[in-house]
Amino acid sequence: MQAVNTYLRGGVALQDFEFLSPKTIEEAVSIKAAAGNKARALAGGTDVLVQLKVGRFDIDQLIDMKNIPELNELSFSESDGLTIGAAVPCYKIYEDPTVRSSYPCIVDSSELIGSIQIQGRASLGGNVVNSSPSGDSLPSLIALNGSAVIQGTSGTRSVPLEEFFTGPGRNVMTEDELLVSLNFPAPSKNSGAAFLRFIPRNEMDIAVANVASSVTLTADGKNFESARISIGAVGPTPYFAKDAGDLLAGQEVNDENIAKAAEAAKKYASPITDMRGTIEQRIHLVGVLTKRTLDIAIQRARG
Amino acid sequence: MTSTSNPKSKYNVVGTSPIRHDVLGRVTGKAKYGVDLRLTGMLFGKTLRSPHAHARIRKIDTSKAEAHPGVRAVVTTSDMPIVNDEVADFGETMANYRLLAELCLANGKVLYKGHAVAAVAADDIHIAEEALDLIEVEYEVLPPVLTVQQAMAEGAPLLHEVMTTRDVAARFTRGTDTGVASNIASRIVFQGGDPEAAFKNSDVVVEREFNTKMVHQGYIEPHNETAFWAPDGHLTIWTSTQGAFGVRTQISKTLGLPEAHVKVIPMEVGGGFGGKIRSYMGPTAALLSKKTGRPVKIVMNRKEVFESSGPTSGSNMRAKIGANKDGKITAAEVYLAYEAGAYPGSPVAAGASTCLSPYNLENFFVEGLDVVVNKPQVSAYRAPGSPGAALAVETVIDEVAEKLGIDPIDFRLKNATKEGDRQVSGVVFPRIGCVEVEEAIKNSDHYNTPLEGKNRGRGTAMGWWFNGGNASTAMVTVNSDGTVGLVTGSVDLAGTRTAISMQVAEVLGITPDEIYPSVGDTDSIGWTGPSGGSRTTFSTGIAAIQATNLVLDEMKKRAALLWETQPDDVTFENNSFISNKNSEDTISFKDLAGKLMGTGGPVSASSTSNPTQVGSAFGGHICDVEVDTDTGKVTVLRYTALQDVGQAAHQSYCESQVQGGAVQGIGWALNEEYYYTDDGTMANSTFLDYRMPTTLDLPMIDTILVEVPNPGHPFGIRGVGEVPIVPPLAAVANAIADAIGVRLTELPMNPGSILAALKDKK
Ligand SMILES: Cc1cc2nc3c(=O)[nH]c(=O)nc-3n(C[C@H](O)[C@H](O)[C@H](O)COP(=O)(O)OP(=O)(O)OC[C@H]3O[C@@H](n4cnc5c(N)ncnc54)[C@H](O)[C@@H]3O)c2cc1C
Repeated sequence: MQAVNTYLRGGVALQDFEFLSPKTIEEAVSIKAAAGNKARALAGGTDVLVQLKVGRFDIDQLIDMKNIPELNELSFSESDGLTIGAAVPCYKIYEDPTVRSSYPCIVDSSELIGSIQIQGRASLGGNVVNSSPSGDSLPSLIALNGSAVIQGTSGTRSVPLEEFFTGPGRNVMTEDELLVSLNFPAPSKNSGAAFLRFIPRNEMDIAVANVASSVTLTADGKNFESARISIGAVGPTPYFAKDAGDLLAGQEVNDENIAKAAEAAKKYASPITDMRGTIEQRIHLVGVLTKRTLDIAIQRARG
Repeated sequence: MTSTSNPKSKYNVVGTSPIRHDVLGRVTGKAKYGVDLRLTGMLFGKTLRSPHAHARIRKIDTSKAEAHPGVRAVVTTSDMPIVNDEVADFGETMANYRLLAELCLANGKVLYKGHAVAAVAADDIHIAEEALDLIEVEYEVLPPVLTVQQAMAEGAPLLHEVMTTRDVAARFTRGTDTGVASNIASRIVFQGGDPEAAFKNSDVVVEREFNTKMVHQGYIEPHNETAFWAPDGHLTIWTSTQGAFGVRTQISKTLGLPEAHVKVIPMEVGGGFGGKIRSYMGPTAALLSKKTGRPVKIVMNRKEVFESSGPTSGSNMRAKIGANKDGKITAAEVYLAYEAGAYPGSPVAAGASTCLSPYNLENFFVEGLDVVVNKPQVSAYRAPGSPGAALAVETVIDEVAEKLGIDPIDFRLKNATKEGDRQVSGVVFPRIGCVEVEEAIKNSDHYNTPLEGKNRGRGTAMGWWFNGGNASTAMVTVNSDGTVGLVTGSVDLAGTRTAISMQVAEVLGITPDEIYPSVGDTDSIGWTGPSGGSRTTFSTGIAAIQATNLVLDEMKKRAALLWETQPDDVTFENNSFISNKNSEDTISFKDLAGKLMGTGGPVSASSTSNPTQVGSAFGGHICDVEVDTDTGKVTVLRYTALQDVGQAAHQSYCESQVQGGAVQGIGWALNEEYYYTDDGTMANSTFLDYRMPTTLDLPMIDTILVEVPNPGHPFGIRGVGEVPIVPPLAAVANAIADAIGVRLTELPMNPGSILAALKDKK
């Protein structure tokens, strides 16, 4: 009898698939390259299993990434910065002392994805590859100037996250490629960053808008040296609001300049109206959250 | 079982808070819910549902599905017997058996997205789901009407071509029929005095228009029904329902079976709030079982629960209230147009007759319209019809008080209804606690604690609900060890097994853990109305008390036999039988229970109730909020719910009922809604996007129980569960108005709408 591959309308069980547990990234890549769209990677599974269950896609193989050493790496050095393996779950990230002290913005994001139970499984790698416009780590990773290390049949490449996302659920990765890790430069002196999302409730909601801001101040804390602002849930992908950050460079830290940056960030937003929020509301929220994240980032930069 | 004593209560058991009988089963997962059912040879059913909000069904071809391996049967409306028009009374809502048959399997037209069109029974759920794709349905898509305004517009598409408006001139009359085809199923009017003249002579008149959206009860457990049609023609249904007898009647009427051939076994229920009175899949599962000769189980998923069960009405409303400088209300005018969903039967009449109840009025005009729209047919939801109408009236009352510069509770007290006052429906109030609740608000710590801080506000509101009576049956059996068995026909939604056991225990002078309560099926206990209308503890309690007294009467006879005296000479007091003739002759209930077999055999008695003196009740809520004016988000800072619960039967259940009602009301006020796209698709049919409040969105709900005993119950018990959802919508709206100086008149008052209101204000 043929295997039953049912599309379940929110049914009770998953479709049939083969579960593979490669031990090396090379092995994983060769499985992926051979099966293309008929294979999917699994990190925490908090997106992919839900999507399988509702019949979003039809696969033959699920590749468990959690047994591959590189994907479980969580390390920091001044020269290489922070490396987060693509399968490291959120709780390991936000409990890590270095991440807590040097990348509080990543803590902001990983602490609010889902709930405690979800954070025990969900990875930032999964959040990135899932490429939802409202993914709650994405603005942080972009604002922190992160990049994705990707491996495929033709080798390894590194893509800045600000160039990674191409549409809802879409990104620059090709069918044979897998994500190995996320990398971030070591934070410069007098820098700080923060992430906020807006949801109508206090838990269990998808962002109506989310924003991360990262700033580097002069030693006296009075002026911006540079800033990076990224906004999410207000377009088909998260956006790097480059102009908003750039206009702060060299400027004094004050409410007026912060308000200008918030206005500039709003210009990047191209949201839709749906059950989660209206166009007007979402653009407005980008302004509010930009201002609020800048305020926190500045405080953090000043120590 | 611990039975925390309550020094305030004049009773030994009633008014305390023992642990509920069903708690262990529930928290250990041992309780049997409908989905747990596994019967030999059981098949799995799945329903094909309409993808369109409004369409004519041209053709249904089930042949491919029937030929699919593993599929055992397919049913459509053509398998349903012809059902005649007949009114169905579900206690809190009315329906029509012919239309209920169409609700279970669409006949000719689909009237909402999610309307059942066909169903499949297969060896497993996957095959059943696959088979749905193989059923070919040809639709002629029609334009949908999604709001009452659209439904009543000139030239609007008609849902039911033959439906005309029943114009109800007054209470208890069927009224006239307009004879004109319309989406307005009925109109109800209450009037008294001369409101027009009174408005002219008022110092202040406030009028506002309101719009609200459909909302769902949000019970955790989805609907489930399992049917087995035995070869001898007897049908058994296992289901999650609030009332097994109503399901029996509905199924026997829709399938043309004698009632005695249908047995309904109620399973444990994971929440109902009014939404589990009707049977949605019972007739379908039964027809599938008849075709296959095997039991068939159908379980809804969450999307089906949202799209295809019975939420409560969205509405368009107006309220106009006038008053004089001295704080007396001169006149009130209320207009309510409620969405019934696809079939008539919105709770608009209840909204119309309850919304002005906190006020003693001379001049009033209340009009209610029941309007069909292309959305799921509404069902009861906790005080059905009342919360929306209370939103309209209680926010306008608040605004009138504000304009007059009078404290809103003082204003209400000046106009409060008392015993003997006439409601707009003409019914005269018996002993009632409106004034007591309002005074308790004034005396509460919450009301007397000033609220400070920017963008913070406080709101108050009142609410009233009839509460139900309805008939119940209870049977009490004495065991030889002195424990007592109690069977009732009342499904236990909220701890009623315990609350009723407590009343039996009170009469017998024993503890509730010596009572073993269970819920009977329709073959094992007499007719009992649904657990709805806040009636169960009250009405089934009366039946249980009566049965207990019958048991005591019989036991007095046994004691008289032992003492060679007359039953009239035996008294029961403090858990003992005592001879009036000889004070040495006494025997405890337990000891006599051990002697029953030797004195004439077992003792058990059953009794029925059908009480008329129902204890309706008032509630009043105080709500403090803070509004983030940048994001529009509302935080509820403090919330106190006060309510006349009569004599509290079980102290902490009363409190949790009041808290639960308040929480559902807060959710309704702030974020919950059926969000429709223009084609009639509910876009947020998941708990993720439906946005019920979580524990992180609420403060602890403080409760103050005001106990004004109900003269219609031996212990003074009133209904409790529904009243607390009536005031919150207005209490929250009034608090927001106080915080930001803008009155929102549309629900939900979510961040987006608050931002928009703040923008308009500037
Ligand atoms: C209850 C609940 C609440 C949630 N709340 C939030 C929230 O608040 N905010 C939020 O942003 N998200 C939320 N999510 C979504 C989800 O948890 C996150 O997106 C999470 O980061 C996904 O990580 P994961 O490891 O579970 O990914 P997985 O589900 O394992 O994978 C996600 C996607 O990435 C692919 N993938 C994973 N690893 C790799 C790899 N190494 N190489 C290539 N492809 C890979 C998978 O094939 C899949 O397409 C929630 C989910 C649930 C179930």
